[in-house]
Amino acid sequence: MTSESDQLAYIASQAADARVNVEVETDEGMTLNLGPQHPATHGTLRIIAKLDGEKVIAAEPIMGYMHRGYEKLTEVRTYPQVTTLINRIDWLGSFANEVPFILAAEQLMEVEAPPRAQWIRTILFELSRIANVCLFLGDMAVQIGATTPVFYAFRDREFVLNQIERVTGGRFHPNFDRIGGLKDDLPKGWIEETRGALKRMEAFCDEMEELVLGNEIFQARTRGIGTIPGDVALAYGLSGANLRASGVDWDIRRDANVGLVYDQVDWKVWTHPDGDSFARFWVRLQETREACKIIDQLLGTIPSGPIMAKVPRIIKVPPGEAYVATENPLGEMGFYVVSKGDLTPFRVKIRSASFSNMSIAPWVLKDVFVPDIISILASLYFILGDIDR
Amino acid sequence: MIDLLALSPAWWQETFLIKVPIGLLAVLLPAGTIVYLYLFKAISFMQSRLGPMEAGPYGSLQLLAEVGKWIQKEDIFPSKADKFVFAAAPFVVLMSTFLLVVIIPAGPDALFVDLDAGIYFAMAVSSVSVIGILMAGWSSANKYSLLGGIRAAGQLIAYELPLILAVVGVVIQAGTMNMQGIVLAQAEGEIFGWGGIGNPFILTQFIGFVIFMIAVQAELTQAPFDMPVAESELVTGYLTEYSGIRFLLFFIGEFASAGVFSAIAAVLFFGGWYVPGIDPASQIFNVIGPLILAGKMMVIAFLIFWFRFTFPRFREDQLQRLAWKFLIPLSLANIALTGVLKVAA
Amino acid sequence: MSQLPGILKGLKVTFKTMIKTLFPGGLLKPIPKPSEGALTVQYPHVKEAPPPRARGVIALHEGNCTACMLCARECPDWCIYIEGHKELAPPRREGGKPRQVNALDRFDIDFSLCMFCGICVEVCPFDALFWTPEYEFSELKLADLLHDKERLGEWMETVPDFEEYEDGSEQKVRKVPPS
Repeated sequence: MTSESDQLAYIASQAADARVNVEVETDEGMTLNLGPQHPATHGTLRIIAKLDGEKVIAAEPIMGYMHRGYEKLTEVRTYPQVTTLINRIDWLGSFANEVPFILAAEQLMEVEAPPRAQWIRTILFELSRIANVCLFLGDMAVQIGATTPVFYAFRDREFVLNQIERVTGGRFHPNFDRIGGLKDDLPKGWIEETRGALKRMEAFCDEMEELVLGNEIFQARTRGIGTIPGDVALAYGLSGANLRASGVDWDIRRDANVGLVYDQVDWKVWTHPDGDSFARFWVRLQETREACKIIDQLLGTIPSGPIMAKVPRIIKVPPGEAYVATENPLGEMGFYVVSKGDLTPFRVKIRSASFSNMSIAPWVLKDVFVPDIISILASLYFILGDIDR
Repeated sequence: MIDLLALSPAWWQETFLIKVPIGLLAVLLPAGTIVYLYLFKAISFMQSRLGPMEAGPYGSLQLLAEVGKWIQKEDIFPSKADKFVFAAAPFVVLMSTFLLVVIIPAGPDALFVDLDAGIYFAMAVSSVSVIGILMAGWSSANKYSLLGGIRAAGQLIAYELPLILAVVGVVIQAGTMNMQGIVLAQAEGEIFGWGGIGNPFILTQFIGFVIFMIAVQAELTQAPFDMPVAESELVTGYLTEYSGIRFLLFFIGEFASAGVFSAIAAVLFFGGWYVPGIDPASQIFNVIGPLILAGKMMVIAFLIFWFRFTFPRFREDQLQRLAWKFLIPLSLANIALTGVLKVAA
Repeated sequence: MSQLPGILKGLKVTFKTMIKTLFPGGLLKPIPKPSEGALTVQYPHVKEAPPPRARGVIALHEGNCTACMLCARECPDWCIYIEGHKELAPPRREGGKPRQVNALDRFDIDFSLCMFCGICVEVCPFDALFWTPEYEFSELKLADLLHDKERLGEWMETVPDFEEYEDGSEQKVRKVPPS
């Protein structure tokens, strides 16, 4: 490809693929491209929908517009550097991304973090869950059309982010988990401030319940829309709140003990039998409240002790493979780490929750109206960084 | 007021030098105030933020800055667009708004035209904006705009009927379609024999008022009826391909319509330029009448925007169901009840 | 009040927020002061102070640096450029041997590449790199985001003292060397 016209032709052919409006009239109906640039999708997701008037006949998501090559990147980064990078997979609840990777590496190194580190790790994990789901609550409202709840969501989320910043130094990318413990300990006064932030969060949940959940228009838009029965959800690999909203009682925090301290806390798993968009919103709202309760209990019982186990300065993980999955805010996120004894992992496979959650999109987007596409996708809640990695 | 100044202008002077500029001002000034006070400021306070603060003291000149910004943008025509229709659509919408303001009375003598079929003319003219929106949606050569335009046409036509039927209740009670007559009927009416505050139709026509406000919300394509302009789905619906001055014209049309419909609601249900305590025929109303009307209009416009920023939006089939199966039977019942009570009383 | 339809309760929420923003002193003092009631921080008139641990920019204490290259090696973006040379320093006591020390020629951090991850600060064995919460260093030219040794030394003045830890912690508070 040497001449300029050749290069331009190449670029044009690539760009044609991402054109916003694909005018293909087939016998089956009009094709509408909810293209990569669109206010409704949380990033660059493309949905090709075949419409018959306003009813959807078939819809297909095209992912990959945000692929950043994480699994290849991790092959040439040392373990602390990988921790930095994987913050950015699910960028809203970013501490939660580090946890399964660090737990897998700790399993390979046969090192256990001291109890204080495990406690604080769980607290930060739940805080990132609150930060993530709080945005979902406002965001789903804005996809349905109410413009005010999202401002309340951002406003009250700031308090949680401030607390994360006080500990880790970064609001969005904490980069705080280390193999064997955490990077640093809590600053003075953090526990009291976090309790204040949690109170704000609980007030926010009550506001959301009055403003959005109880609203008849919201209920008319979401009840009975996008119903996913429990067995279909399991078959497609849904996880997280999507699965629990279809009535399946599955929560990795309770069922698999992976190094976080959920067995020390008195908490409840919320499920909803309906499986429609309303149920997904409802389950996540209750989970936010539950997370506040969990953190409140944990804050009162942090044990004293060191924050880091004895690990060598230069971390070389012994050869082996380990898979650890945790209940991230988006669903089940798992890291399969293969190590050959080097400074860098040999292969890291990331099982991201949103990728599997999106696989149900063609099944659930049949015989719905165009506005329902938006509301169903909003309730399934994906983040593009998580889908495409 | 023209008699006050002892002028006797010719017909063409009176229209083009006095009435047309005042008419333009009567449309644009409330639109601008509504946009600033409500869209920028009150809504921001509802959302716990401040709104524009930099342009002018407390952001009061933000609207001027926005107008300047829109004017200096490039006027883009999509290549496949139907040029004449694309260019004419904003003017059709704006024209219907300007014509609406013609029949609003602001005082016993301060009005533009005294039409005997005042409110009937207003309803007829407000339907013209549907054509403008359809023109915009069709001529943009864009699937999103087409979807938005067709949704808009369906919605606006469906909600014309509750609007008109709600007004019919007021007309029956007032006995006239003349806007000035409606104001005087409220000013001189009596509630169960007590003429203290006249008879504002909000008391007897409360259902009619609610239906009217819901229908106005739908006519302005504001949430919860803003499917045509659903920002999170269709980018901006039928406005997607408009930029620069043309978009500004649509924008002005939307907020001017909000102001004008609020003024019509103030006249129909709240007594217009009349406040109880002063004789309706006195000349003082020619001076303070416009201010009173503006105050009532602001209160009603606040309702429109408050609803807009609190509620999510309906899907179109739910919208249509609400209009045809609920609002129209309710307004017909309202008319029947009004007629019965008017004849019986 | 739970019998009200949900629509009206939603209206109550937004109206209450508007009143709370407009009259932050409560309705008993109806003076509209939205700048206090709203949660907006009107930057640049009002600047929020980030917490002391906030990762704003990196400062270099040149006296401690021995050009060991650990930070440059561990940086995930390879945005630290170090050049040094060995020189002979005078002996510590009379009659001793001259010592060989590493002297820094060049220590640049390219903040247009930096991910603000903190690995370099953490890994430095000699406490030569520190975080400061300064965040106002935007430039008009991309090349100006390469901070050289002098500029990094200037940031040392803004490094806050290390905070105390919560009760129950066994971490020791480190001291920031005077710049």
